[in-house]
Amino acid sequence: MKKAFYLCFILLFLVACSPTIPKDAFVLSPTSLEDRQLQSRKFATLDRTVLLAAGAAVLQDMGYAIDESNASLGVLTASKQADATSGAQIAGAVLVALIGGGSMPIDKEQKIRICLVVNENLSDSESSIARITFQRIVWNTQGQISRVETLKEPELYQGFFEKLSKSAFLEAHQI
Amino acid sequence: MINRLLLPAIAVTLSMLVGCASQNSHVLAGGSQVELRSMQTRAFDTSNKELMLRTVIATLQDLGFIIDKADSDIGTVTATKLSGYQIRMTVTVRARGETQLLVRANAMYNLKAIEDPQPYQDFFNSLSKAIFLTAHDVD
Repeated sequence: MKKAFYLCFILLFLVACSPTIPKDAFVLSPTSLEDRQLQSRKFATLDRTVLLAAGAAVLQDMGYAIDESNASLGVLTASKQADATSGAQIAGAVLVALIGGGSMPIDKEQKIRICLVVNENLSDSESSIARITFQRIVWNTQGQISRVETLKEPELYQGFFEKLSKSAFLEAHQI
Repeated sequence: MINRLLLPAIAVTLSMLVGCASQNSHVLAGGSQVELRSMQTRAFDTSNKELMLRTVIATLQDLGFIIDKADSDIGTVTATKLSGYQIRMTVTVRARGETQLLVRANAMYNLKAIEDPQPYQDFFNSLSKAIFLTAHDVD
């Protein structure tokens, strides 16, 4: 009797199948100002097309393909597929297989997306602001998506702006 | 005893699953829902469309979105957020008379359209903070 009730309850959950949106999905996070500073640099030029073109060149150097570009809004989006296998995960899967847990899916491929937006600097009429964001989708060996995330490691942003600064022959300043 | 209850229970839930949705039903799902349109739309007292589009892009970046597409002529921006879940949204900006702009946003959370007013309210709150203008409800 109880079993039937529980089963019915679980199945009803499946039928209802409407996921709830996280409450903070459209709310600015408390760290959004710091995130913006991490993701942005100031360049002493008003020619934003030059910055975008330099950005495209840097992305090509790193093997990205441009998915979208709009010079009048200063938007450039690019992506690349890459390997996502990690030694630690393989070791874990081997260990699981050894103790008889069967084959465990491990991360195999990833798609990295990067978006560069160049805007006028509202607080200074002599410079422009470039802002980038990175995202990643990871697929495992069974072809399922195992992770979707925004990359927040400061060294990635630092590294990109160093390249952009060399490519545009302009110095990147913190905002 | 258990079997007697179990079978009808399974039959009922399975029939509900069958009634849920066919694949084609999603093609033209939704549409002409006045209520949905009004929760997705706000009017702003400015006629500067490009500034509005730039502010929409900046707000989306603040919220962790990556811009998939941007068109300044038609006034549309499409963006995706990945944070353990996926939200894909399109924002359109068009003129409303001489002095106002209408901004409409529609979003999908994973595979489902967002039809709850709160996420849209949150988005327009973030947007009006960024553009220093009040978001007016429209009929």
